[in-house]
Amino acid sequence: MAKLHVSTTINGEPTEFLCEPSQSMLDVLRGPLGLTGSKEGCGSGDCGACTITLDGRLVCSCLVLAAEAQDREIRTIEGMAEGDRLHPLQQKFLEMAALQCGICTPGVLMAARTLLEQNPDPTETEARFWLAGNLCRCTGYDKIIRAVLDTAAEMREAAR
Amino acid sequence: MLKEPHVGAPRSRVDGRAKVTGEAKYAAEFPAPGLAHGHVVSGAIARGRITGIDTTAACAVPGVLEVFTHENRPRTAWFDYKHRDEVAPPGSPFRPLYDETILYSGQPVALVVAEDSGTARHAASLVRVEYEAGAHETDLLRAREDAYVPPKRRSGISPPPKPRGDAVAALAEAPLRVEAEYRIATEHHNPMEMHATTVVWEGGGKLTVHDKIQGVLNSQGYICNVFGLSKEDVRVVSPFVGGAFGSGLRPQYQLFLAVMAALALKRSVRVVLTRDQMFTFSHRPETINQVALGAAADGMLRAIRHDAIGATSRFEDHQEVVVNWSGLLYHCDNVELGYKLAQLDIHTPADMRAPGAPLGVFALESAMDELADKAGIDPLELRLKNYAETDENEGKPYTSKELRAAYRLGAERFGWSRRSAAPRSMREGRELVGWGLASGVWEAQMQQTSARAVLTADGRLEVATATADIGTGTYTILAQIAADAFGLPMESVTVRIGDSSLPKSPIEGGSWTAASAGSAVQAACHAVRETLFRHARGAEGSPLGNADLDHVAFVDGRIVLAADPDRGIGLIEAMRAGGAERIEHEQTASPDKANQKRYSSYTHSAIFAEVRVDEELGVLRVTCIVTAVAAGKILNPKTARSQVIGGVVWGMGMALEEETLADHRLGRFMNHNLAEYHVPVNADVHDIDVIFVEEQDSRTSPIGVKGLGEIGIVGTAAAIANAIHHATGKRIRDLPITLDKLLERPPAERAR
Ligand code: FES
Ligand code: FES
Repeated sequence: MAKLHVSTTINGEPTEFLCEPSQSMLDVLRGPLGLTGSKEGCGSGDCGACTITLDGRLVCSCLVLAAEAQDREIRTIEGMAEGDRLHPLQQKFLEMAALQCGICTPGVLMAARTLLEQNPDPTETEARFWLAGNLCRCTGYDKIIRAVLDTAAEMREAAR
Repeated sequence: MLKEPHVGAPRSRVDGRAKVTGEAKYAAEFPAPGLAHGHVVSGAIARGRITGIDTTAACAVPGVLEVFTHENRPRTAWFDYKHRDEVAPPGSPFRPLYDETILYSGQPVALVVAEDSGTARHAASLVRVEYEAGAHETDLLRAREDAYVPPKRRSGISPPPKPRGDAVAALAEAPLRVEAEYRIATEHHNPMEMHATTVVWEGGGKLTVHDKIQGVLNSQGYICNVFGLSKEDVRVVSPFVGGAFGSGLRPQYQLFLAVMAALALKRSVRVVLTRDQMFTFSHRPETINQVALGAAADGMLRAIRHDAIGATSRFEDHQEVVVNWSGLLYHCDNVELGYKLAQLDIHTPADMRAPGAPLGVFALESAMDELADKAGIDPLELRLKNYAETDENEGKPYTSKELRAAYRLGAERFGWSRRSAAPRSMREGRELVGWGLASGVWEAQMQQTSARAVLTADGRLEVATATADIGTGTYTILAQIAADAFGLPMESVTVRIGDSSLPKSPIEGGSWTAASAGSAVQAACHAVRETLFRHARGAEGSPLGNADLDHVAFVDGRIVLAADPDRGIGLIEAMRAGGAERIEHEQTASPDKANQKRYSSYTHSAIFAEVRVDEELGVLRVTCIVTAVAAGKILNPKTARSQVIGGVVWGMGMALEEETLADHRLGRFMNHNLAEYHVPVNADVHDIDVIFVEEQDSRTSPIGVKGLGEIGIVGTAAAIANAIHHATGKRIRDLPITLDKLLERPPAERAR
């Protein structure tokens, strides 16, 4: 089958790739593009480890066809820090032990960033439900929630 | 001024940055030129044999390199012992693609290798397999009739202790009796990272293997034995492991398949399992417990009987310590414990976070709650009354045991004294509120481990050992220990682990890594210190001239007199004086055999749980858990707390959600995905509080550590089940406690 040629933007960089019509975005990210920060925990939309944003919307990249990226904006964990400067969420996760093995972490961070972009002042319950689709088998979630709420407070403070 | 040491202080994970940026590389993420991809074809029946396997269509797909089956696989070692890994239980290990025999449902029957993963996956769907099915059994409730005492014990697993007193007679005479059966469902580890192996073909028969494993040396030894390779030719490198919880203790079949294909094709190969294939190997065995407690009217225990039957495969006797805890947690003169296995047509179970303990302790601690009810005594008081001061299984004192303090501190924090005794007596709105407690226990162990420390003249220190960090925090605690040995900032320390070329370490498990690898790293650092100190003393005009090592301190990159910290000499200066570019030492730390003989060493915990149950709908929330843990010295409260909370949430999963359901007619697990195999999610979790109880222990390990990986889960399911009973009056002895069990009305009520 002929491969498709896709032009897209990934973390601000214009990017082109070839893919099979049936190939998932996650496959292309982790394979040909070498962006292995997005993880595969299930391949069926159940775990959130592959979370990226597509035109600002949170999606499971394992459920998105790579061809759908044409003319869209993709953001992945690799674009979260600005050069050496970590995003406040990354920094907080590090400081508050909100990660252990690190497999769920990129997906959780991507989801948390979108949460804070849409709702800078979430309640604990809002944050827990927003992140309910990002499974973590290591941390017991407690530190993840504390880190997200703490970052939200700091970012609000900084924005004033 | 002496600085605060790193050990004991809350330090951030040294590998954290690599993980929050997505840079950390896991087994499936190492690139290799010309990498081929393998996809596994899973078998469809539980028992029988393959009568035909047609790979023509798969082979015809462009890009497919080879389809391996039992008919064309390369030869491997003949004898069983060659296939037995470091932690294999007694029996005959499973050999992937060995012959036409089917031993369990989901068994790998073919490996399709192609230029890319999509092609391999597609071609795998075209492999046609014909079977002749035999009669199978996957139902433990039926197989229990044939349960047997394992004839050969599994190394490292203590069989039940000999009976003490006369439990049968004491039970018959006891004024109060509780007798019940408790069951725990099959569970699967489900680390978030799929099992995967990337084999890099280095040319000349040399392989670099990136495997999802909790011990690189175990993978290396296994590959060398099975494929007849020499250790010089196989290096296993797994710096990051995306969780494992026991599923990565033994080399799993993807390792075998990837290495087999790489050797046959003479190129690099990666095999990644799918999530449903994560349900086709290791798991926590379904276990049935029968417990009988006899007590005097005042609640003093007179008799304990505990018999368990665990599931195992037809080819290996997987054993766990399930019942021994019942002879240990309480003082009792008449105790009889038994443990049997029943064979099913399943893959061999494996250790899963705190193997055995949460199963047996769930049964015992539920029964204790039932006894408290019968005796009309507060459950905490009942436990304190029957407190065991020594290990009565072995008749030994403990190296340390601060469980009493754990009960007290946990109860205070939780507010246990405000509990009203009667079930269904606490409510808020439409929710019934219940409070329950349980005790937890896990063996504290140390294993012989070697480590190397290298100090270089630029003031940098590298420590190395072959152990793993599966998310536990090994990198970080080793950096803390090493930095403290020289008074260096943690940034000056590099920790190397997860590489088979490094000094020898056992698999990472059993909560022993901190104690073992930590002690080894400390010993290596101390050896380097001695050499360095000699250089320092020899330096011209050295202020340390007459001092010995006990009278100096290593602070801020300097060696100073402890009594007069202003006088000292810099590390780099000392090395220069001695003409040393680098100082390197390797040391091995071993457990103290004499101590092991004289003492028993366990970690303990007291868990308090609050649940809220919607009276009409049965919807249940665990709104608060307080766990007080006595585990010796805490190296890093930040990563330690994380480990314990993670364990507690596993206990929640065991209590309420986790269950791999088999269709016994097909002999296969049906909910083999994360949509139907439920694990706790963020929205399930509420307040969890961890208290570390002060506990001095100098006998378990040289660094005073007892380990934390398992203790969080043990007892948690029991505390939750007891809280549910307190809330609803329902005693559910069958985990997980799902909605249907909560809503089920007693038969008498149903008849109305
Ligand atoms: S890999 Fe996409 S949701 Fe799990
Ligand atoms: S940190 Fe391991 S799965 Fe979340």
